[in-house]
Amino acid sequence: MTPVMANLLNIVGILVFVVFGAAMLTWVERRVLGIWQDRHGPNRVGPFGTLQIVADMIKLLVKEDWVPDFSDKFIFVIAPTIAMFVVVAAFAVIPMAPGVGIVDLNVGLLFFLAMTSLGVYAVMFGAYASDNKYALIGGIRAAAQMVSYEVFMGLSLMGVVMLAGSFDLRQVVLSQQDGWYIFPQFIGAFIFMMAGIAESHRTPFDLPEAEHELTAGFHTEYSGMKFAMFFIGEYVSVLLTSAMITVLFLGGWLGPDFAPPLFWFLLKTLILVLFMILIRGSLPRPRYDQLMSFGWKCMLPLALANLVVTAALILR
Amino acid sequence: MTAAFIYSLMFYFTAAIAVLATLLMITRHNAVHALLYLIISSLSMAIIFYLLGAPFAAVLEVIIYAGAVMILFVFVVMMLNLGHKSVEQEAAWLPAKGWIVPSVLAALLLIVLIAGLGEPENLRGVHLVGVKEVGISLFGPYLLVVELASFLLMAGLVGAYHLARQTTPTPKFDDSGTSTSKTQGDEA
Repeated sequence: MTPVMANLLNIVGILVFVVFGAAMLTWVERRVLGIWQDRHGPNRVGPFGTLQIVADMIKLLVKEDWVPDFSDKFIFVIAPTIAMFVVVAAFAVIPMAPGVGIVDLNVGLLFFLAMTSLGVYAVMFGAYASDNKYALIGGIRAAAQMVSYEVFMGLSLMGVVMLAGSFDLRQVVLSQQDGWYIFPQFIGAFIFMMAGIAESHRTPFDLPEAEHELTAGFHTEYSGMKFAMFFIGEYVSVLLTSAMITVLFLGGWLGPDFAPPLFWFLLKTLILVLFMILIRGSLPRPRYDQLMSFGWKCMLPLALANLVVTAALILR
Repeated sequence: MTAAFIYSLMFYFTAAIAVLATLLMITRHNAVHALLYLIISSLSMAIIFYLLGAPFAAVLEVIIYAGAVMILFVFVVMMLNLGHKSVEQEAAWLPAKGWIVPSVLAALLLIVLIAGLGEPENLRGVHLVGVKEVGISLFGPYLLVVELASFLLMAGLVGAYHLARQTTPTPKFDDSGTSTSKTQGDEA
């Protein structure tokens, strides 16, 4: 197989995996949450309800795709595109197995952080363009929350960078052959997971779209496929955070030899996705000021302490 | 078609987008549209940094300028809630007459720039500056500048804290939902 063919296969394969996987997650989440909460979840369409996503797709495609007259139309259309684009683009730097992965950037980890920081625009522009009070309040909440949680999302990863001595994600995985970074960097992993959930604004950090007070927050005015892009973007974000934790803290594709490396990567990612769904099913939603003060007064000092202690131990 | 040709094609294409986006940013009357073009401008700057062999500077451009500074700008503009009135006002502030002198000055600068630069440097064979090199030069020859920048940031932080400091104590959140001290005072 020529290198060009291998690259093409990688690009198309990962793109299809990410988008289809995220679509499947909408079913997995509802089904698994249902079982954990002692009910059935969607189980009517197809075997075990697996064709539920097809039904959802048909519904969303035939719905009226309404752009409000009072909205800023150009920005209104571009916002969900940004939401989808940044999370899918971030997958380009994730090494899934030897030979599987789109690009090995020497600043791969920073590329991931750059893409997540651009994700705020989707929410802010969506909220601004909607010209709706609920959307605007949701957008302002989301922007403040995401900018705050980004600060220590970056800081929590610097311990791993110091241990691996590289920003290249493939190097990070290869340097974990002696032991996963989850053990020396447990605090870093915990903070990164919290920040990752906050970045994808899922429960318990879903204040930007808290339906009990803001109808649907920043995507109140969105319908049809534009709404679906925000929605699927959130699931891609969950997948992305899980994949990043796998790569940075759980040794990526490393595992016993009896199964292919890609299997270990996917298994670890799936377990983390299920864990994030379990968090959604078990934790209540905090108040907005509690959320912000938890971030700045608890997580940020913890991330800084983790960074300083790790640096001191390495330089010892 | 060689790799170097594709490379310079990418460079000039990105540079054209950067210039066009910046021009559009200046001429827009709607503040949010102007900010959108400014973001595109800084994103294309990041690609130019990358093409010139500075991937670290490229990612920092996205993380800091596009991902943090611009977000605060958009945040403020959103809070101000500028409507159609401000768009009309902006349009009135930017008459065609006002463009003459700045255009002449910019054209003069462009002539100097073209005369000064002469033949463009060959884009091939650029020296790749990685994260390690940036770190070594920041904490080696430029240590004093880094320290000065940290002074400046510290001063900004202290200033922001001072401005946002609450002079009067705010009533605590009352979980029981009954009246706070302020409403009691009004009743009295």
